[in-house]
Amino acid sequence: MSKKHYFDPEDLKKFGNITDWQKSMGDKYFAWYSEVMKEGALTEREKSLIALAVAHAVQCPYCIDAYTATSFEKGADEAQMMEAVHVAAVIRAGSSLVFSTQMMNHAKDLTM
Amino acid sequence: MGIHQKSKSLVSRHSELSDTFYQLRVLNGQERTDADFPKFVDRIKAAGFHDGRLSPTRIDIFQLNVGKLCNQTCAHCHVDAGPDRKAENMTRETFELCLDVLARYDIPTVDITGGAPEMNPHFRWFVEECYKLGKHVIVRCNLTIIVAHKKYRDLPEFFAANGVEVVSSLPHYAALRTDSQRGDGVFDDSMEALKMLNAIGYGVTGTGLTLNLVYNPTGSFLPGNQASLESDFKSQLMRKQGVTFNNLFAITNMPISRFLDYLLETGQYENYMQSLIEAFNPGAVSSVMCRNTISVSYEGYLYDCDFNQMLDLKVAGPLTHIRDFDLQLLQNRDIVLNQHCYGCTAGAGSSCGGQVA
Ligand code: SF4
Ligand code: SF4
Repeated sequence: MSKKHYFDPEDLKKFGNITDWQKSMGDKYFAWYSEVMKEGALTEREKSLIALAVAHAVQCPYCIDAYTATSFEKGADEAQMMEAVHVAAVIRAGSSLVFSTQMMNHAKDLTM
Repeated sequence: MGIHQKSKSLVSRHSELSDTFYQLRVLNGQERTDADFPKFVDRIKAAGFHDGRLSPTRIDIFQLNVGKLCNQTCAHCHVDAGPDRKAENMTRETFELCLDVLARYDIPTVDITGGAPEMNPHFRWFVEECYKLGKHVIVRCNLTIIVAHKKYRDLPEFFAANGVEVVSSLPHYAALRTDSQRGDGVFDDSMEALKMLNAIGYGVTGTGLTLNLVYNPTGSFLPGNQASLESDFKSQLMRKQGVTFNNLFAITNMPISRFLDYLLETGQYENYMQSLIEAFNPGAVSSVMCRNTISVSYEGYLYDCDFNQMLDLKVAGPLTHIRDFDLQLLQNRDIVLNQHCYGCTAGAGSSCGGQVA
């Protein structure tokens, strides 16, 4: 291994290189990405905030850096960005908590 | 009410950057950084612009920067304006020379900026004279000046009486974003001023009174799409403040003066220049504003644009002062270009009227 740590902000700049070892799939990914992120039924600002929220849900430091910058560029502010992260966090928490219904069902089966 | 100053002028801080020659040396990699960016002139040459030269189309806009005095000290100000800049103000004699030129030539639009131009003692008289000449007058009003003192509170009525198009900076519809660039309290005062303008019809459809807002990024990033920013601003300002306006102009921050200082102090200069250069759009070159604008300084010197004025890059050729104004000669000049011009050609381009491409 060339480095002593896993995440290096400089590596984000090399993202384009993913086409080096699989060009057609990589090219398709970037074309898909451009199509998805451009203004459509949702604005670019709204899409950036969704991307920022997902970045937190999947805990990707590269995406967090990238979509913090992009969200500002597209006109979002700190309050919108923090609310987007809360949406990701609350859904993540809820998706754990909702399993407690299974726990409760099973607990009831097991007990008198 | 009232605002807190965000920063101090470079001049009052005795910053090296208050020397325009020093700024040009930074932009050309000779001070503070050795980053060797491709020359703007070479870039436009490669894009097919006649030997890297750019000439005016015709002069439609006569822009005056009437002085550096301002009630605010915004962190990004390319004029290095502030309350301390009392000495730099256009005199009545220079205004009269401008009026002579405006009477002599068919230049339809007069664009008045500063500082806070309303603080110049000859401001109202000059606007009225331009109106009498049948000119379309634009005033770049920072909004807070309207509520800064009772003597300015009738500015909305004064603007309306003279058919003035008001163009005002509001970097964001969120108070934190606006105040972080322009000073605490600026957002609230700006909202009060916008409501006063709306109340007499400015920015309201059908009144003919135009109120345009200027968005500029509040950090080291480039502006997004102007149309989509405009629709966000319109819906958010209406929803939260009950404020309306006509158009939003998205403007890129130029890497000069206090914004250059910010970039250097925060270690972001190289990255910012790189992002301007990567976003270079040959399609924006032919629409840069220096092609239809002439810019006059408070001392009466002539420049291709307000940015060249702040770098003291006077128009090329023998006539550099308003007293020698010759439209024919000026229309045949070459525009003086330098590395900061990348700020006008990034992405969708940038001008005093917003994106151009
Ligand atoms: S940006 Fe405008 S309002 Fe702010 S200090 Fe400069 S001239 Fe004044
Ligand atoms: S900075 Fe001035 S001279 Fe350079 S391209 Fe922009 S408007 Fe023209």
